Amino acid sequence: MSAQELLTLSAAQAASAIAAGELDAGELFDLYRRRAAEHGLRDGGINCFTWLSDEAHSGEPATDEPASRSTADGPPSAAGLLTGVPLAVKDLFCTQGAPSQSGSKILEGYEPPYTATAVANLQAAGARLLGKTNQDEFAMGSSSEHCAFGPVLNPWDRSRVPGGSSGGSAAAVAAGLAPWALGTDTGGSIRQPAALCGIVGLKPTYGAVSRYGMIAFASSLDQAGPMTRNVADAALLLSHMVGRDERDATSLPFPEPIAITESLRLDGVTLGVAAELSSGSGALAGGIEPGVMKAFDATLKLAEDLGARIEEIRLPHAPHALAAYYVLAPAEASSNLARFDGVRYGLRVERGAQRDGGRGADSTGATDGEGVSGVANGPFAEDRGLLGMYTRTRHDGFGAEVKRRIMLGTYALSAGYYEAYYGRAQRVRTKIAQDFRSAFEQVDLIVTPTSAGVAFELGERTGDPWAMYLNDYFTVPMSLAGIPAISIPCGLSGEGLGPGGRGLPVGFQITGPAFSENRILQAAHALEQAIGFDGRAAFA
Amino acid sequence: MIDRDEVLHVARLARLALSEREIEAMRHELSAVLDHVAKIGELDLQGVPPSTHVVEMTGALRPDEPRPCLPREVALGSAPAVSEDGAGFLVPSPQA
Amino acid sequence: MSAVQYEPVIGLEIHVQLSTRTKMFCGCELSFGAPPNTRTCPVCLGLPGALPAGNEQAVHFGLMIGLALGCELAPRSVFHRKNYFYPDLPKGYQISQYDEPLCRGGALGEVRIHRVHLEEDAAKLVHVGSSGRIHGSDASVVDFNRGGTPLAEIVTEPDIRSPEQASEWLKLLRVTLRRLGVSDVNMEEGSLRCDANISLRPVGSDQLGVKTELKNMNSFRFIERGIRAELARQEKLLREGGQVVQETLHFDPASGRITSLRSKEEAHDYRYFPEPDLLPIAISQQMLERAQAAMPELPAARASRLQEQHGLSVESAQLLAFRDELGDFFENALSADADPAPPAQALANWVIVDLTARLSDGQSLTDSQVAPDALASLVGLVAAKRISVGAGRQVLDRLIEQGGEPLAIVEAEGLGALADDGELSSIVAEAIAANPDAAERVRSGNAKAVGPIVGQVMRETQGRADGGEVSRLIMEQLGV
Repeated sequence: MSAQELLTLSAAQAASAIAAGELDAGELFDLYRRRAAEHGLRDGGINCFTWLSDEAHSGEPATDEPASRSTADGPPSAAGLLTGVPLAVKDLFCTQGAPSQSGSKILEGYEPPYTATAVANLQAAGARLLGKTNQDEFAMGSSSEHCAFGPVLNPWDRSRVPGGSSGGSAAAVAAGLAPWALGTDTGGSIRQPAALCGIVGLKPTYGAVSRYGMIAFASSLDQAGPMTRNVADAALLLSHMVGRDERDATSLPFPEPIAITESLRLDGVTLGVAAELSSGSGALAGGIEPGVMKAFDATLKLAEDLGARIEEIRLPHAPHALAAYYVLAPAEASSNLARFDGVRYGLRVERGAQRDGGRGADSTGATDGEGVSGVANGPFAEDRGLLGMYTRTRHDGFGAEVKRRIMLGTYALSAGYYEAYYGRAQRVRTKIAQDFRSAFEQVDLIVTPTSAGVAFELGERTGDPWAMYLNDYFTVPMSLAGIPAISIPCGLSGEGLGPGGRGLPVGFQITGPAFSENRILQAAHALEQAIGFDGRAAFA
Repeated sequence: MIDRDEVLHVARLARLALSEREIEAMRHELSAVLDHVAKIGELDLQGVPPSTHVVEMTGALRPDEPRPCLPREVALGSAPAVSEDGAGFLVPSPQA
Repeated sequence: MSAVQYEPVIGLEIHVQLSTRTKMFCGCELSFGAPPNTRTCPVCLGLPGALPAGNEQAVHFGLMIGLALGCELAPRSVFHRKNYFYPDLPKGYQISQYDEPLCRGGALGEVRIHRVHLEEDAAKLVHVGSSGRIHGSDASVVDFNRGGTPLAEIVTEPDIRSPEQASEWLKLLRVTLRRLGVSDVNMEEGSLRCDANISLRPVGSDQLGVKTELKNMNSFRFIERGIRAELARQEKLLREGGQVVQETLHFDPASGRITSLRSKEEAHDYRYFPEPDLLPIAISQQMLERAQAAMPELPAARASRLQEQHGLSVESAQLLAFRDELGDFFENALSADADPAPPAQALANWVIVDLTARLSDGQSLTDSQVAPDALASLVGLVAAKRISVGAGRQVLDRLIEQGGEPLAIVEAEGLGALADDGELSSIVAEAIAANPDAAERVRSGNAKAVGPIVGQVMRETQGRADGGEVSRLIMEQLGV
């Protein structure tokens, strides 16, 4: 097969070709490894990879006791089915012997002594680690601009963002630098970049995939999921990820094997459209871009042609999801990031730590002149000893957005504010979950645009935090409810934008009740065939 | 509007040094976000239970069975500073 | 100078290291004295991405403690994160319980229990190049072996009124926990740690005064001394018209001094919130039954049973009940159906007084050669006057040295009591003859003067004669 032919193979096709002996796994790996090195790095590339595996690493299974064992009561992992297919993995997954930095300077060069369960399970099924993908620091962002290792560029238009926080994984798949990738989604970090890069991204039911070894952002929301070129690949990758892991107390056995049929009809399926999540309502400043709305409506029409019934539903509390989310997620994050204290791993900056009062003496040599000079004369300048090490390490190690969320979350949990912020946000979360439950008594699935607009320009929204947070408007409600949701490309929008000026990708989101992954995938598969979206325009 | 002292108090709790420039920026950015967030204050949530976990289940406990530990050199492998005998993590005095 | 009398109000917070095999939230084996940082894993080192998983056995032990203290067991309890920074706390938060603890209420003896909850222990922080006191050391070294050890924290109501009562009650708690087998309860090794909340109030007042929290009292002696010292400090303060400040204090046993632990940091704000990585603990019927089935007879219950069942004195019953090995030895001896059978109280006295007095320090009953049934028959012989008390003690010495059968020892050493087969009478007669003036004084009504005569008889008989019998014969022959 020619390189071009190899490249057009979906991951599933490649897997079966290798299994059938028609394709050499090494050849496939080398092709992607070469392309990733040429187009995926920071210099001259789209900066979607922060680290690339060499042959030696590629097939290495976790030397930690195989975590796949711990999914014994999940669906049987058909080991071998992924044999040889390269996999791009978001930086925040711990991978033994490979850098796992979660896009942060505070973890620069950190190599964990163990491998995340989700990755270990895929390796046990034969996947080969191609590289680690760039992301917003600690997954806090919707544009992959808040990265210690530089922003990721959107392969459809390098002046624009790929979305985030799994922007590196999305861009790598969209640019044909990886057959598929792992991402994580806390408030939309798989679905929104998938939408902005024209690929498929699925956030599973909370608890479906083990979080063990995922460097945490917000524990009650984080979920790992597949980011792929098509729905069949997403189903295949997911089928090897789900299952109970005794290392993750919040993980659950998946009730059925992940599988989709070839059926391309939607007869008897009722799709709900919520006013709150299709017009955007007051909470969404600027509303939805016309081109996005057009593509969304066109997809609804296709769904009806396939036999689906469309129904209006209400999700009254959805417009408040974003506010609740931006209390709960930062609160959990402020606690999850407390472990980055310069004691056991990662960056340490020690100033004024010595008994002599440490007149600015740097006792370790670990230093970031700029960062330290930033606080040298401020109210923290006098911090000495342990306190000085803590405050300087964290000042220099964390980026602006992470600091903002740590401050926000610490504030929301601090004495006197807990009930007003965290307590209320938890109650809103309850209402949102109830809204969905009652909606699903009326309809099978709910559909929305994934994002209000197409990929925006680099730097366009970094100045205004809330404007950036609004990117998550359509994806956060499902995260709070813990239910699965997929984004598939449903067309292009924006005259004169993108390759040949034909526009930039638009995402169509489908969500369902907890553990309805198979139904969601099935509907997405049918729509995908009807839409006939071709993402190869973005191939590097 | 959050004032400077609140910013400093929270930064202390978070063990996060901030430069004067960051303190100013933080005041405005946090205030702006909190204004949006404050909208949930308008909702009537009387009698609505808080949800800590979305998936309704209770904890699966782990059997009391030992698992292998990390070799010490691995445990200490990423430490920024190690004691002279190589046995422990070295940190500045808690009270200098 | 006000004449107001103050009353101490004391509550205790006890941390108990549970003797599970593995840590609270990971599979690392608990180890005492393993080389530093050889009992760690990604979870207890707080590595990025690691998650906690609760230890079933720790919950089981927690339930047993709850049952022993008569607590109300929560059908559903929740872990919270207690957020603060310290090098011995790898995650930057301690997983503990906050407003939904495992157990609530209850009492042990006269002291009510406020709550019992589960949490994880901190690691060990050693301050390099210092005398062990925190201040003035440059650097510290962290050993994470202990980090994550399961702890049960037992909090009492402020029902204690004196330092002595505090240590007495803590002893009762310790024997109870030891009996449960949930902990080594060794204060020196830190598997039982006690902090005290201490305040004073005018006698008769039902208001609580401002309390201080006194830490680091790692022995019963220090608990009494520490609390006494703090009470004195507070009383002096109040008498001088001062105010007690709510703070955490550190008792230095060496100097007996009390120092404030308040750091330069502003007051702690732990920002408790429900631990999202762990689901609520639901106590199933099965877990409850397992805990109930595992409950042994507790010391307090055993003491009252020993009183009722065997008519022992309160003191004897408690001494036996609070020291398992004495209690077990006593009950085994009693059930040995020795002939002649030993009276229960007499047997108890021999165990509590004579036996323990003869055990060298640190030597336990079980290391000694004495078998329970041997002591039973020995006490039986003494009670039946087959041998004298003195002879009995000699036999006990032999038993402790080489074990064996009392009767055999009695015969081998000719320690059998002399009944009055005439031999004793003649020895008495000789003794009277040898002490004429003593005899005279006894005749003239001074019974105390009999001493020298009795003494000679005992010398002659090497203590084999029964004291009662001897004085009866003397009086008889003196015709008084």
